[in-house]
Amino acid sequence: MTAWLRLHWMAFGSTLAKLASTPFATVLNVLVIGVALALPAGAYSLLFNLQNAARNVSSDPEFSVFLALEVQKSEIAELERRLKDLAGIAKVEFRSRESALAEFRKHPSMGDVLAALDRNPLPDAFVVRLADNNGDVLDRMAEQVRGWAHVEHVQVDSAWVRRVAAAVGVGRVAVLLLAGLLSFALLAVTFNTIRLQILTQREEIEVAKLLGATNGTIKRPFYYYGALLGLLGGGAALGIVFGAFWVLNRSVAEFAQLYASDFRLDRLPPADLASILAFAAALGLAGAWLSVSRHLQSFEPR
Amino acid sequence: MIEFSAVTKRYPGGHEALKSVSLSVADGELLFITGHSGAGKSTLLKLLPVIERVTSGSVVVNGQNVSSMRAAAIPYLRRNIGQIFQDQKLLYDRSVFDNVMLPLAVTGVHPKDAAKRARAALDKVGLLSREKANPITLSGGEQQRLAIARAIVNRPAIIIADEPTSNLDTDYAGEIIDLFIAFHQVGVTVMIATHDEDAVRRAAGKTTTRNVQLKAGELIL
Repeated sequence: MTAWLRLHWMAFGSTLAKLASTPFATVLNVLVIGVALALPAGAYSLLFNLQNAARNVSSDPEFSVFLALEVQKSEIAELERRLKDLAGIAKVEFRSRESALAEFRKHPSMGDVLAALDRNPLPDAFVVRLADNNGDVLDRMAEQVRGWAHVEHVQVDSAWVRRVAAAVGVGRVAVLLLAGLLSFALLAVTFNTIRLQILTQREEIEVAKLLGATNGTIKRPFYYYGALLGLLGGGAALGIVFGAFWVLNRSVAEFAQLYASDFRLDRLPPADLASILAFAAALGLAGAWLSVSRHLQSFEPR
Repeated sequence: MIEFSAVTKRYPGGHEALKSVSLSVADGELLFITGHSGAGKSTLLKLLPVIERVTSGSVVVNGQNVSSMRAAAIPYLRRNIGQIFQDQKLLYDRSVFDNVMLPLAVTGVHPKDAAKRARAALDKVGLLSREKANPITLSGGEQQRLAIARAIVNRPAIIIADEPTSNLDTDYAGEIIDLFIAFHQVGVTVMIATHDEDAVRRAAGKTTTRNVQLKAGELIL
């Protein structure tokens, strides 16, 4: 048992030594795998963020009612009463055009734009919140209100949210397809790297077999090599994604500020990161296994 | 105890290297197998560590029929047979010391113990001072002694050597034969395939040996 553990440890050690002895080739291999995996990993991270953002918005079952600009105070009161009389309404909040303007003025870039206008372009609005989070009820009610006099526009945020959710679903399938395709790249890289190693170590493998090495002992370093190459490639992929997000976040923050949001791209949760690394390592191992079973069987010492 | 019973080996293509060879080798014996090249000496030796398998007949080593041994068990058999190959099969990408370490490394011996045993084996063949050298820098005789050190480092009960003195001049060949005599004297079974009559005579002058001759795949006692 201890001999068996030692053989594993020695195989692992010799694998590390092998990776370190050809640093240039190792770095290139790791980068090839890293770039191939960074595409699906990055796309997945984007979807994750999009979904999070959508979830934040959708938490409130509400719609906004924008009124016509020339509406009178009495008509506003009348509308408010009618809205409150609707069944299943939790809250009706009035936002006057003056308060909306004041809020806009707070944004430094908006101040100049508003100053150039000779009158307030913003309408009065109601924000209507429903008691229950039911998309169909929300849609029906919004449709009803849309028909009223003095109502210019009704916006249902949840419709947008549902569209995003559907898009995320499609995106997820696309990411899976992409990951599946690019997995072949990883498989091919490890397969080929290990094929070359087996060819260059042919003599050593033959002698080791003659001296009583089991097939397991001979194959083990290659398995470790494949798994480690995959793991390093996965790490490189995450590094590329993190780097890209760091750069993107600087512009995203500016962009999000325009929408009064502190939205920024978040990293995936640790469990997802671990799955990506495990997936990469498993692919490397699979490539090694394919290569070893394809190339090592072919020679028995004579 | 090694027992060859009616062993026939036919290679793909139809060449019959061994024809119904029966031979038993007692424990601790020093046996020379002589004959011209192509007589089947190498083939006979290769049957023991199952580098080749018999076409018919059986080879029994210490009560184990190795001719029908399953592939997974063969490595363990080989660890107990010290092999000296005709082409030596030394690895020139590593030091003398690491060449001797190889049989121990592949069986997972603790590196400290392994190093001790490797040095003992090198000392036995008189190469301890050259442990850091690359085998390519050794003379022919030294390379052969290195091959022997690698073969005995696992302390095998059986040593098989295929033409261990070919391409060596008489002095070096004598040293090699003396090493085999030393192993024989501590109870190791030694089988040497050779066409070197001098080597056979030298061994016979120093200890009890047995000779068998192969001729076109048939045994002449």
